[in-house]
Amino acid sequence: MNNVVAKLNNAGLQINNKWLVKGVSFEVKKGEIVTLIGPNGSGKSTTAKIALGIYKNAEGHVDKYTNKIGYVPQKISIDWTLPVRVVDFMNLTEKLKEKDLDDALNLTGVKNLKHRNIKSLSGGEFQRVLIARAIAKKPEFLVLDEPVQGVDFKGEIALYELIRLISENLKCGILLISHDLHVVMSATDYVVCLNGHICCSGTPKTVANNHNYKELFGDRASNTLSIYEHKHDHTHSADGTIKTKKI
Amino acid sequence: MLDDFFIRALIAGLGVAIVTGPLGCFTIWRRLSFFGDTLAHSALLGVTLALSFEMNISFAVFLISAVVAIFLINLQRVTNLPGDALLGLLAHSTLALGLVTISFLSFIRFDIMGLLFGDILSVNNLDILIIWLGGAIILITLKIIWKPLFASTVNYDLAQAEGMNPDRVNIIFTLLMAAIIAISIKMVGLLLITGMLIMPAAMARNLSDNPIMMVFIATVGGMLSVLLGLFASLEFNSPSGPSIIVAALSLFLLSLINLKRIKIKGKVV
Repeated sequence: MNNVVAKLNNAGLQINNKWLVKGVSFEVKKGEIVTLIGPNGSGKSTTAKIALGIYKNAEGHVDKYTNKIGYVPQKISIDWTLPVRVVDFMNLTEKLKEKDLDDALNLTGVKNLKHRNIKSLSGGEFQRVLIARAIAKKPEFLVLDEPVQGVDFKGEIALYELIRLISENLKCGILLISHDLHVVMSATDYVVCLNGHICCSGTPKTVANNHNYKELFGDRASNTLSIYEHKHDHTHSADGTIKTKKI
Repeated sequence: MLDDFFIRALIAGLGVAIVTGPLGCFTIWRRLSFFGDTLAHSALLGVTLALSFEMNISFAVFLISAVVAIFLINLQRVTNLPGDALLGLLAHSTLALGLVTISFLSFIRFDIMGLLFGDILSVNNLDILIIWLGGAIILITLKIIWKPLFASTVNYDLAQAEGMNPDRVNIIFTLLMAAIIAISIKMVGLLLITGMLIMPAAMARNLSDNPIMMVFIATVGGMLSVLLGLFASLEFNSPSGPSIIVAALSLFLLSLINLKRIKIKGKVV
């Protein structure tokens, strides 16, 4: 059975003869979280958009094996003069069942905002609505581009926990972009480290030990893994899989 | 008693208002009011085409507006000029071309004022048929593309990522804009068509908090403007197109006052 929801093979994008990102290959499987990390301008968001098919002139092969896609973009420029309530925004690309809509808003903790105007939401609140919208349609491929930006610290942990739950419960493939190396290293199945190209990739453990990764993020970044790994060893030393551990 | 021509004008005007309501909302949401203006300016060229080749005016205007719209979309791809500069370029060049061509057609007596500002006297049964049939086609098409169009209006990337094909609906919507200008040019005239699109929608924006409500209020407001404007033009013998727009302006101003009242009420309660 084919579990792959999206596959990039030697994908890239050049604009005005300059490569934004080049030679990227990886695949996202059902029930798996693939995380893109890398410094600013390393092509993380571009790679996510290539995977989603937003760029028509992308190079290489990009295959999506599902039409059920949820997307939380990094920067979303909504014209705030549009008269759009949260409930209208939730139904934007697909008419949802009332229950699915409410459940999703409940999960991200913004059920009380359902009839509020989008314009009146704070940055963190809107981010929660964005996540709710993406998961409410029960996607098979979920792309989250820095999904917790602007969310308070407590909410951040809860939302990452939610993302992990979604990948388990919905069995959807998740492509995550995050700056939070703690989260990346603890809740991810596969890490792709970008810097205009793939500089290393693999399980969190292999990536953390890769010298390219250390060069890119510094020694402190490797420590984040060892701190985490310490916890992890205590919880799951037996099977060694990363999926099942607790944050 | 009302005269036949007046009844015809009412039927035609109401038909136009039903279509400009929803399209006007999208014009505002997508910030296309200047784009509507450009298409309207190019309508003059369409009229000269119609006169030269003895075509139906609405058909010729649609043809030229559609060509200009598609040309504009392609121009945006190949140049680095900002959108408003391109719009200005096209608006004035098509207007100038139209005026120059008209001067060559000296064998035709032509009411240019009627073209610029609309003329209810000239509305005949065929015009009514074109407005209602064309309007129905526009509205049905809009209904079909509503979801992807609205999604891509809110956010292009989201719509594209989740499989809504925003580029295709953008082109379809552009053609709908050309079509509404083509069918309403006789009613309000080419200088005032954009007003008919924007003003009821702007009024509706003041009074609504969701898209469906805004479309509904804009449509009702547009129909009200047509009724008020046409009766006023009968009463005071004022030109029909401008009278409709003045009526729409009055409604817009009323919507502002109304908004203030609600706010004051809210404070008291």
